[in-house]
Amino acid sequence: MPEVWIPTTMQSLTGGQHRVQVEGRTVRQVINNLEQQFPGVKAVLYDAEEDDLQTGVAVIVDGEASQIGLLERVQEGSEVHFLPAIGGG
Amino acid sequence: MLDYKPNMVLSNQEYNVVGTRPVRPDGADKVTGKAHYSADINLPGLLHGKVLRSPHAHARIKSIDTSRAEAAPGVRAVITAADIQKPSGRASELAEGAMVNYRFLSNNVIAEGKALYKGHAIAAVAAASAHAAEEALKLIDVEYEVLTPVMDAKEAMQAGAPLVHERLAGMTTASIRAGGVLDDDDASDGTNVANHFEFKLGDLEQGFAEADVIVEKETSTVAVHQGYIEPHCATAQWHEDGALTIWSSSQGQFMVRDYTARLVGIPVSKVKAIPMEIGGGFGAKLTVYMEPLAALLARKSGAPVKMAMNRTEVFEATGPTSGTYVKVKIGATQEGRITAAAATLIFEAGAFPGSPVPGGAQCMMSAYDIPNAYIEGYDVVVNRPKTSAYRAPGSPAAAFAMETAIDEICRKIGMDALDFRLLNSSKEGVRRATGPLMPKVGFIETLEAAKAHPHYSAPLTGPYRGRGVASGFWGNNTGPASAVALVQPDGKISLTEGSPDIGGTRASVSQQLAEVLGIPVEDVTPQIGDTDSIGFTSNTGGSGVTFKTGIAAYTAAQDIKQQMIERAAKLWEVSAADVEYENGILQHKSDPELRLTFRQLAARQVPTGGPIVGRAGVNPPGAGPALATHMVDVEVDPDTGKVTILRFTAFQDAGKAIHPSYVEGQIQGGVAQGIGWALNEEYFVNDQGHMVNSSYLDYRMPTSLDLPMIDTVVVEVANPNHPYGVRGVGEVCIVPPMAAIANAVYDAIGVRMDALPINPGRILEALWGKENGAE
Repeated sequence: MPEVWIPTTMQSLTGGQHRVQVEGRTVRQVINNLEQQFPGVKAVLYDAEEDDLQTGVAVIVDGEASQIGLLERVQEGSEVHFLPAIGGG
Repeated sequence: MLDYKPNMVLSNQEYNVVGTRPVRPDGADKVTGKAHYSADINLPGLLHGKVLRSPHAHARIKSIDTSRAEAAPGVRAVITAADIQKPSGRASELAEGAMVNYRFLSNNVIAEGKALYKGHAIAAVAAASAHAAEEALKLIDVEYEVLTPVMDAKEAMQAGAPLVHERLAGMTTASIRAGGVLDDDDASDGTNVANHFEFKLGDLEQGFAEADVIVEKETSTVAVHQGYIEPHCATAQWHEDGALTIWSSSQGQFMVRDYTARLVGIPVSKVKAIPMEIGGGFGAKLTVYMEPLAALLARKSGAPVKMAMNRTEVFEATGPTSGTYVKVKIGATQEGRITAAAATLIFEAGAFPGSPVPGGAQCMMSAYDIPNAYIEGYDVVVNRPKTSAYRAPGSPAAAFAMETAIDEICRKIGMDALDFRLLNSSKEGVRRATGPLMPKVGFIETLEAAKAHPHYSAPLTGPYRGRGVASGFWGNNTGPASAVALVQPDGKISLTEGSPDIGGTRASVSQQLAEVLGIPVEDVTPQIGDTDSIGFTSNTGGSGVTFKTGIAAYTAAQDIKQQMIERAAKLWEVSAADVEYENGILQHKSDPELRLTFRQLAARQVPTGGPIVGRAGVNPPGAGPALATHMVDVEVDPDTGKVTILRFTAFQDAGKAIHPSYVEGQIQGGVAQGIGWALNEEYFVNDQGHMVNSSYLDYRMPTSLDLPMIDTVVVEVANPNHPYGVRGVGEVCIVPPMAAIANAVYDAIGVRMDALPINPGRILEALWGKENGAE
């Protein structure tokens, strides 16, 4: 199962857990399944109006920042991080 | 030991075009004055716009009377905040993670209700001449209630500090850079702390318990400006169908289009943004100032309007980088292994939320393998101009703290500074303090090159001389990018791409296209498209253009290549599978008689099926982080306090240097700016919150007379996500210089300089303090 690292400021939604095993083959599925376990998580990560990740959120799968967000494939042993997107100069 | 040569490139993969140093395609026009910059636009009936700016750092605007200005000779329009769109700024209505709060952007372009910094735009005038517009500004009557400004982030965090925004919401996630205001029915108090966020890894307490030595220190930096030569300028013209054309200098024509459309209240499809040549940006031209004002004045006057800032306006009313305060604590074993690190970063955002503190937090410890870590960041509003991005935003100030603390540890345990970094260096698979695993990077290679370089073993003798090293990390960015390549009948290529060219990217993008097609890069003529003539391309920033737009050009070239193969097959009446393309030659795989050059087939493209157009729209992942290590020798004059840079060598992983001269130029430019940041540059602000050195005469940037030749060593650890291995190179080069210089100054005089700039006054005070036994 993919492992999601919960951002420090979201750990209040996961009962203090900072790593969570969750089913899913895409980032979208991972977020939906996270929401089943920890209601409220999805609203922080997902923009329903745009049907996309919230604009300042970057998803990092196995060390690489995804450019396709919700559509990114996630493997059985993948590690998924949600971090602030950083702007460059 | 490396044999010394200036500006070495340690290549590991050679190509025909990639890695060579062709003449810059836009160079001749730029040095002969033929290139068109934003101020070069002149249109029939053009009006000139000027801005009335706040004389106060913090003041309530009680009234504005523009009637006298409107009646002045030559004046065609006057605008205030009443004329601009005011989107909701409520936090509850913002998308979580919003990068732009359009209400704040609107309020920064022209003040609504309060002036939040000296120089904040209050009103604007369009007139028949710039002189008439300036005279009319004097006729605008503004009644202010002057308020106490708060200029420093730590002061702004104190209870009872003046509030910049009475209703600013305090966020608790670094994802919300833009900030927001409280809902009307929210009884919470406003705050100056726009954001407070944390990253945690491992067991911090246990990590420090395992340490033999702990260093804890505080550093500070003050606001500095990017210092580009070309001031901001924009021209706007409306058309009869309600469409708007904007010519401006920016790091992203699509950003100009989107932001201006929102602030003037029209769809993006009605705005054509034309990118002009850009005389420097370094991050500061990633937002709009003049474009919406010019558009509003043009709409109101019914004539095109040009607006250009002067230098004082650039300093006072555009975004410098943040003043910062960083507290860092690092623990290590006697053998030199880091066991834990903790940091608090407090960054000034300026008048609106959105400092680069998330960047500083995410970069600060990323060069190292640190098992237990804690980082917290504060984004704090103050009565200063809204900060903008500046080359590796946030990372230089964070590295100043981190890398000087590491130097202290090295001295305490008696370990070589490069050996310490080698022992603790991050590499592929190492977990970053912010969580994710590091992809393939070349930090170790920069350190090894530094150790092997003659600079490191060169004797440095004499009093008041010292050597310092420091390293730096920057993640690099990518994003959507577009390219369209037209094959001309003479075999040349006209390439249109979407990235404004700040640092030589016309060349580096063209080289990637030429490499695929096996043609000389001189046969490629690149241009930058406007928003109606090229697909969406994300900003020129984050050191991303040679990566993302390079991949777009590479992909467009592959498209051409495939079309050429199909045309040759049609001409020869063979299967396309039997045609191969190599080095610009199309050849039948088994019949040597069937052979055409790229140029020969280009001449026959129309009869074989019509014009050949290669195109690509991409959004490639995996920009690949960049790491750098810098080494500097300094000499301190004990009588004047002046620091002279004797020698500077920068070691940086470029992945693959597509055009080594421009990679070296980026590195040298970043170092030069870093030296200015380290030694001299600062916003001098008086008690009223007014900048008192807002000219290049008084804002002390280094000139060529202040600097030695900045030596570069480019190492190439290929980024596996790019066909030629490219990593961005434009930003990480400004991360290490301040710490490297501070470490060298310590080596020279034995006193830690923990506040920037390390100017002569501070040096003398440090030396006097040392004589008096302070350190």
